[in-house]
Amino acid sequence: MIGMIAAAVVPTTTWYLVLAAGLFAIGMIGVLVRRNPLIMFMCIELMLNAVNLTFVALATELTDIDGQTAVFFVLVVAAAEVVVGLGIIVSIMRRRQQATADDLAALKG
Amino acid sequence: MELFVFVCAALMVLVGALGVVLRSNPVHAALSMILTLFGIAVLFVSREANFLAAVQVIVYAGAIVVLFLFVIMLLGVDRAEDLRTEPLGRIQRPLAVILGLGVFAVLTTAVVRARESFRFKGDGVQVANLQDPDGNIRQIARSIFGDYVVAFELTSVLLIVAVVGTVVLARRRKSDRTSA
Repeated sequence: MIGMIAAAVVPTTTWYLVLAAGLFAIGMIGVLVRRNPLIMFMCIELMLNAVNLTFVALATELTDIDGQTAVFFVLVVAAAEVVVGLGIIVSIMRRRQQATADDLAALKG
Repeated sequence: MELFVFVCAALMVLVGALGVVLRSNPVHAALSMILTLFGIAVLFVSREANFLAAVQVIVYAGAIVVLFLFVIMLLGVDRAEDLRTEPLGRIQRPLAVILGLGVFAVLTTAVVRARESFRFKGDGVQVANLQDPDGNIRQIARSIFGDYVVAFELTSVLLIVAVVGTVVLARRRKSDRTSA
């Protein structure tokens, strides 16, 4: 019985988009709630992944390969962004251990 | 079967994401993020984006998370922190959760109501099958090196700038060394 229902229900594009919305919301809550700059950075990566999932789901739905190309470029930009961001975090944390995002409100080191 | 794959991958994604937000130890958070990234890769495969699934595993799980772990170990912050510190007052966290749930509700409404616009169709996506196993890769390559070749070239400039900038940022300056 359950197997028959499971075989009949096929996840549509809307399911993927709602899942991506949930992932984006969790990432956003993480950025707002956590104080550790490293964790906040990871949450930004979560939001980027939610957007990537949206792109791929809609590329299949709208039968347009441009969505997958956009994900490729998002991946490249995310890699560059992580490198620069972690460089900044390392240079800040070297001076002040246990720095939180609130301590970094002023830009001078 | 498709439903089973979707439910499992969605659980991986959501559990991993909650782990990133709720774990107090940064190392555990980074490992939870790997779970999320693999779940996303599974969803990519189920949406016939095979090339992007491979790139997702290699670049994200292979490179970015390893970079995160390197930085965590380098800085020596691999211990649990106290999550109960409330630097901005008691009201900020409930507000953040309410705001996040509101964004989720708005996005879900928009997604459900946008279903009618799905009828606009593009040029077609090639799906990998036994006769043509690398159709997806060929089509993405045509798109990147054809339509978007200028953006691809600019990507190389972006990567060079990122590498040089990071080297400048992370280098210890001479004045630091003499004063320390």
